Amino acid sequence: MNKFYHILKTLFLFGWSLFVVFPFLWALTTSFKDANAITSGATYIPWVDYEPSTQGWTSLFTTGSQGINIVGPFIDSAAVTLIASLVSLALGTLAAYGLSRFEYRLGFVKNADITFFFISQRIMPPIVLAIPFFLMLKELGALDTIFGLVLVYVALLLPIAVWVMTDFFAGIPKELDEMAMTDGCSPIGAFFRVILPNSVPGLVVAGMFCLIFGWNDFFFAFTLTFTETQLLPVSIVSLNSSVTPWWSLSAFALISVAPLACVAVIVERYMSRGTMSGAIR
Amino acid sequence: MLSSKHFFLLPAFLTLVAIILFPLLFTIRVSFSSWDVFQSGLDYIGGKNYGRVFADERFWKSLGRLSLLSLISVSLQYTLGFALALAVWKQVRGGRFLRVLFLIPMMTTPVVMSVIWRTVFHESLGPANDILGMFGVGAVPWLSSATGAFISVLIVEVWQWTPFMFLLLLAGLVSLPREPYLAAAIDGAGTWRTFWQVTFPLMAPITIGALIIRLIEASKIMDTVYVLTSGGPGTATETSSYYIYIRGLRDFQIGYSAALSLVYLVIMIVSLTVIAKLLLRLLVGKVG
Repeated sequence: MNKFYHILKTLFLFGWSLFVVFPFLWALTTSFKDANAITSGATYIPWVDYEPSTQGWTSLFTTGSQGINIVGPFIDSAAVTLIASLVSLALGTLAAYGLSRFEYRLGFVKNADITFFFISQRIMPPIVLAIPFFLMLKELGALDTIFGLVLVYVALLLPIAVWVMTDFFAGIPKELDEMAMTDGCSPIGAFFRVILPNSVPGLVVAGMFCLIFGWNDFFFAFTLTFTETQLLPVSIVSLNSSVTPWWSLSAFALISVAPLACVAVIVERYMSRGTMSGAIR
Repeated sequence: MLSSKHFFLLPAFLTLVAIILFPLLFTIRVSFSSWDVFQSGLDYIGGKNYGRVFADERFWKSLGRLSLLSLISVSLQYTLGFALALAVWKQVRGGRFLRVLFLIPMMTTPVVMSVIWRTVFHESLGPANDILGMFGVGAVPWLSSATGAFISVLIVEVWQWTPFMFLLLLAGLVSLPREPYLAAAIDGAGTWRTFWQVTFPLMAPITIGALIIRLIEASKIMDTVYVLTSGGPGTATETSSYYIYIRGLRDFQIGYSAALSLVYLVIMIVSLTVIAKLLLRLLVGKVG
């Protein structure tokens, strides 16, 4: 019985691994093909099945009508994601700390309701906000700009930061604050001198989630930017609908998912330490 | 009356109110107007848009399709994610490597991977049919038939989001207490019984959390559909978000799409609350 289980488990893990890596391997091999290799049907192994060519990769760094420029979108994507993540993390951490340490009251609205208000924004389908965002940014003259997207992404990421950090601060004993304050710190001083330096694991987890959701968003970038500002997901989709060859598409896709695929290593480290478990309820 | 406690909360609170609440109120106002391509601006036409929503068969069908899609995909993600988490929970050779590998899909951009999946599902040049062909299965019309397109979207959703379930459930497993397992071992319970009587009940709170989070996210499905099938063939894979997008930002029927999106939002909130309560009663046995 035990042996049977073991074989089943190994097969399952092996099968799933294959399923996970398959699209990446396919994209990798496709990125080295040329027109002949594509139109002769699905092939997999370079040199054996087809003669590899590097035009898929070089086309991404060629400017002008022949090339597809990936550098511009990459910089735009990185700028929007990083700025929005930092702003959300800063605002979210402050709010989460406040909610975990002080009592707020606004009529019948209390702490729990305010926390819920923050987190519940995740339920909002992007489409509900897309049209007012569009009109709002148009009023502000911020359509098609990095600033406009950052504004929208902060709204998108703030709930995540508040959510992760509220749970994190709940796990930090209040005695730590009190100790700092008997040492003569103001509440704000206690936060910056004592609590914040002890919050790095929480900040890393929250920051990572912000980066993931920011970098991977397509919908808002798609509806709120056109030509001046172009993020990676939007440019690959517009390439996809034109006659862009598969080799360029594949290379483009691999470059745009690479940065975050590396993040998986960090996530795993925190997960196995159990830092993540608190952030789940 | 601004004390230091307000220093912490107010910036985030005001930001969110400004960026979310005003647009939402604005949407409510717009939904009572006839704003469209020909006539922009806020006139007042009463509940006409809402009347139209209730008669709009295409919308209700998209909602049914979305429910089916999210229920099936989230159940699959949960089952597979739990199985994977259990499989790497105890010492496995290469466990560390497998964990990282299993997390990667959720880190990748859904639309970018959908572009790749589209080439995978290409009927004559893609590897999906090529590999099936090796096993003697004839060409499957992945993206050009209604069922094929639905299954394609399902496969991509499962590929992308099973890692999320895996992450939450494994993090839960790692932090489980040891004592119940010792007790079960002393009772001589086998693997199967230990799972159903110890692991599964202990994991109930995380199960509920994970299912709800995924259902919320799944209810917004649109990116994948847009790239993979554009809602087609016909409207076979059109989800509610995608339909509202077409009405609003393609046909530019701003007033009508505002009404659609509010109806959609209310339905989402109500049904997710009901599902959450049902799950709580089912798995924990208390009314939440």
